[in-house]
Amino acid sequence: MTMTQHRGHLVVVGNGMVGQRLVEAVRERDAGHGWRITVLGEEPRPAYDRVALTSYLTGTSAEELSVVPEGCYTDEHCVLHVGDPAVAVDRDAKTVTTASGRVVEYDALVLATGSSPFVPPIPGADADGCFVYRTLEDLDAIRERAGTAGTGAVVGGGLLGLEAANALRSLGVATHVVEFAPRLMPAQIDQGGGEMLRRKIEELGLTVHTATATQQIEALDDGRLRMVFADGDPLDVGMVVFSAGIRPRDQLARDCGLEVGERGGIVVDEGCRTSDPNIWAIGECALACGKIYGLVAPGYDMAEVVADRLVDGDAAFTEADMSTKLKLLGVDVASFGDAHAATPDALEVVYADPVAGVYKKLVVTDDASTMLGGVLVGDASAYAALRTMVGQPLPDTPEQVLMVGPATSSLDDAAQVCSCQNVSAGTIRAAINDEGCCDVASVKACTKAGTVCGSCVPLIKTLIAQSGVEVSTALCEHFEMSRAELFDVIRVTGARTFSEIIARHGTGRGCDICKPAVASILASLDSGHILDGEQAALQDTNDHFLANLQRNGTYSVVPRVPGGELTPEKLIVIGEVARDFGLYTKITGGQRIDMFGARVDQLPAIWKRLVDAGFESGHAYGKALRTVKSCVGSTWCRYGVQDSTSLAIMLELRYRGLRSPHKLKSGVSGCARECAEARSKDFGIIASENGWNLYLGGNGGFNPRHAVQFAVDLSTEDLVRTIDRFLMFYIRTADRLQRTAAWMEALNEEHGDGLEYLRRVIVDDELGICADLDAAMQRHVEAYADEWAAVLEDEEKLSRFVSFVNAPDVPDPSIQFVTERDQIRPADQSPSDGPVPIAGPELEVVRR
Amino acid sequence: MTMTTDTLTTHIPDVLQTAGPDARSAGRKEWADVCAYDALLPERGAAALVGGVQVALFRTYDGEIHAVSNRDPFSGAYVLSRGIVGTRGDAPTVASPMHKEVFDLRTGVCFDHPEVAVPVYEVRIRDGRVEVVVT
Repeated sequence: MTMTQHRGHLVVVGNGMVGQRLVEAVRERDAGHGWRITVLGEEPRPAYDRVALTSYLTGTSAEELSVVPEGCYTDEHCVLHVGDPAVAVDRDAKTVTTASGRVVEYDALVLATGSSPFVPPIPGADADGCFVYRTLEDLDAIRERAGTAGTGAVVGGGLLGLEAANALRSLGVATHVVEFAPRLMPAQIDQGGGEMLRRKIEELGLTVHTATATQQIEALDDGRLRMVFADGDPLDVGMVVFSAGIRPRDQLARDCGLEVGERGGIVVDEGCRTSDPNIWAIGECALACGKIYGLVAPGYDMAEVVADRLVDGDAAFTEADMSTKLKLLGVDVASFGDAHAATPDALEVVYADPVAGVYKKLVVTDDASTMLGGVLVGDASAYAALRTMVGQPLPDTPEQVLMVGPATSSLDDAAQVCSCQNVSAGTIRAAINDEGCCDVASVKACTKAGTVCGSCVPLIKTLIAQSGVEVSTALCEHFEMSRAELFDVIRVTGARTFSEIIARHGTGRGCDICKPAVASILASLDSGHILDGEQAALQDTNDHFLANLQRNGTYSVVPRVPGGELTPEKLIVIGEVARDFGLYTKITGGQRIDMFGARVDQLPAIWKRLVDAGFESGHAYGKALRTVKSCVGSTWCRYGVQDSTSLAIMLELRYRGLRSPHKLKSGVSGCARECAEARSKDFGIIASENGWNLYLGGNGGFNPRHAVQFAVDLSTEDLVRTIDRFLMFYIRTADRLQRTAAWMEALNEEHGDGLEYLRRVIVDDELGICADLDAAMQRHVEAYADEWAAVLEDEEKLSRFVSFVNAPDVPDPSIQFVTERDQIRPADQSPSDGPVPIAGPELEVVRR
Repeated sequence: MTMTTDTLTTHIPDVLQTAGPDARSAGRKEWADVCAYDALLPERGAAALVGGVQVALFRTYDGEIHAVSNRDPFSGAYVLSRGIVGTRGDAPTVASPMHKEVFDLRTGVCFDHPEVAVPVYEVRIRDGRVEVVVT
């Protein structure tokens, strides 16, 4: 049993990724709370994933980026103050003073103040319209300016610069990259790799200026900025983002007399201890082994070292692996080990394919026996495996390794697979074999591997595949196939009844999982009425009664209100129907009206009234398109830039009745203010000055996700074609009950960059299926018919709408209501309800 | 006396009893006529009101008829007849439409919670008519 040992008060200055990691690492090792921890953060929110910063601009929310585990700062042993930076350290008194005047005493102090973006000292660099790229607040400011900027320049063609350029481009800004060095990413890759990267990036429409020194920035009268270069013509742009490297934030350390490096950085020893034995420094503010490390993985290593030392360990920080793999502007770029062949007599083996845009280089010892490092541009699929081989004997000739990639079975258990979290192949194999992890998600949860930059996920997958763990994709005990496979089989064989399908491709007589799945597939393929023939028996109760089952066995009825636009006459009809049938009414989140409390035998009469007034089914009961929510757009709104309501109505009428693996929701906002909450929808559209921006894969619910930007400034025609294909491709390939967000995550797992893969399939038509998807949607649009009206015209179907087969005129006596706020609600078991049954006009309740 | 909603849902008012003499008080097997066999859809259920008791009738793929209580014991709602009919291994099943608990139609036992079972009623087909015993 661990004895609780009182160690004192640990103060951590800085709550970035590394500072946060330190807190977690200390708490893991210090279960008895020997250290009381106080964290002082400058930014207004707890630590977030700065590596994934750019995704904030394409839909990821600040909350989703958070790296603080739930419960980290909820007890008295561990307290976080955000928005209150430390401003002074008094080493004699052992106190830290914050901007708000808070004075905190420490026994141990860890500085994790990170770095600040380096802004070159050129005149005009502080002009209005100049930005840096570091925090969420920076990104908010950039986003605001980008709306009107038109063109922009990023100063810095390194890793961070290209990341910023990508962000500007995603905001619809025509982007220039200005790099002082003769090539892009000079720190990571060589001239050949830099050239390949440049070609790839210019293909995307960016303009690259290398060997270009910015001398001055002039503010022009129209608010634009003129960049003046050492030679060449000046460049006029709407905004400038500086992303030309980082500088360690060591001011606090300087002010209190700690030793700092000549070019900045708090000097630390191998235990990450500064010149004051009670003070440590970690991450980008620390000068460790004579270097500033601008990557998160070495920062994490330092955090672990200090955590260990704080509980009397002797861990040491040694020179860190600076290998990097990134996807910049859709281009894979990786470097590892001795990428610049700095080792004496090192040999470089290069493969370049300018047509495919691939450049690969291995650096090996002069006898070609040992791997030293390498550079990969355009295809970095071998990165994870190659990196683990640095310093190891080459398993094959360098050409073979370069072209084919090393065999992963040869991966030693000690080989590091995830450098961000320092997880070895052995640890992952143990998770697979001993902990029962059978997919990437469970390996991530178990080992943390692949949770930071994700570059090792392909290698994790390979390790899972090699372990022989079978991942079942069977739909249920009756079908071995996945939903996507079953969809293809049904589509290709033309089988159209469940009996035929299960006899040929399954066993038994089905269940509540496969029957609705088959019903949905048949509906997606055929567009026949979902209650025709044998199909009726496959439907879930909601689809069977074309209404939504509620807790007391009654149903709710939602007529379609396309785009949320409703005439006063129709509004009155809904009110009259609800009043006459004694229904409870509520406005839904999808801009329509839900009527609750209908018995099955009442449904046809309710529909009759609604259909006669021009309403139709709203498919609230189906795994189908629900609503396309909209704001009033440019028609009424002072800020609207496009007619969002008309587009929403058009889209809702186009996709109504479309059966899919799960419900589908959409929204259209008429301007960037986003009042229709389009980014919480499966497909959301936000108007821009030039057309429509399309966002895919959002949802609310249990696990809210923001939709991610897929395309900008689309014409209405291009928008509709893109959505047609997105929906049809989703319907064909998703798992049962898998919403678009989860489906897109699965594409990520399978194809690396799911969004890019989706673009290749539905925009570039890489699989050659777009004509087929377009035709399938056209068939759906043409075959659409209202499901309610069809039942009203069909005596046989109508006969099913009774409470009792032997007493068709008797309403279900178990259904009882009480009143609350002048409307009905189900009477439940709670005694407070009392005996106030109002069972509707037909039923007289006998009291006894 | 006042009546709670609980008793209201389990004891159906007399006025609604459509079958003949009360089988429970008679103390012997009383077959009640329900409906034509053909009125039941294959692999789908239907609710019937028999002597004030709600019965869920199911016609399975092989032509068999099963009768269990229409009351879903988990939610208390009378909805089992509206569940999806299928099989688990050799057992004919229905899944409650409320929260998808699966019941064995032969025994009434819930697969996922074997301590829970719904009442099962005897059922037969005579002259093309479905008859049940509600005891």
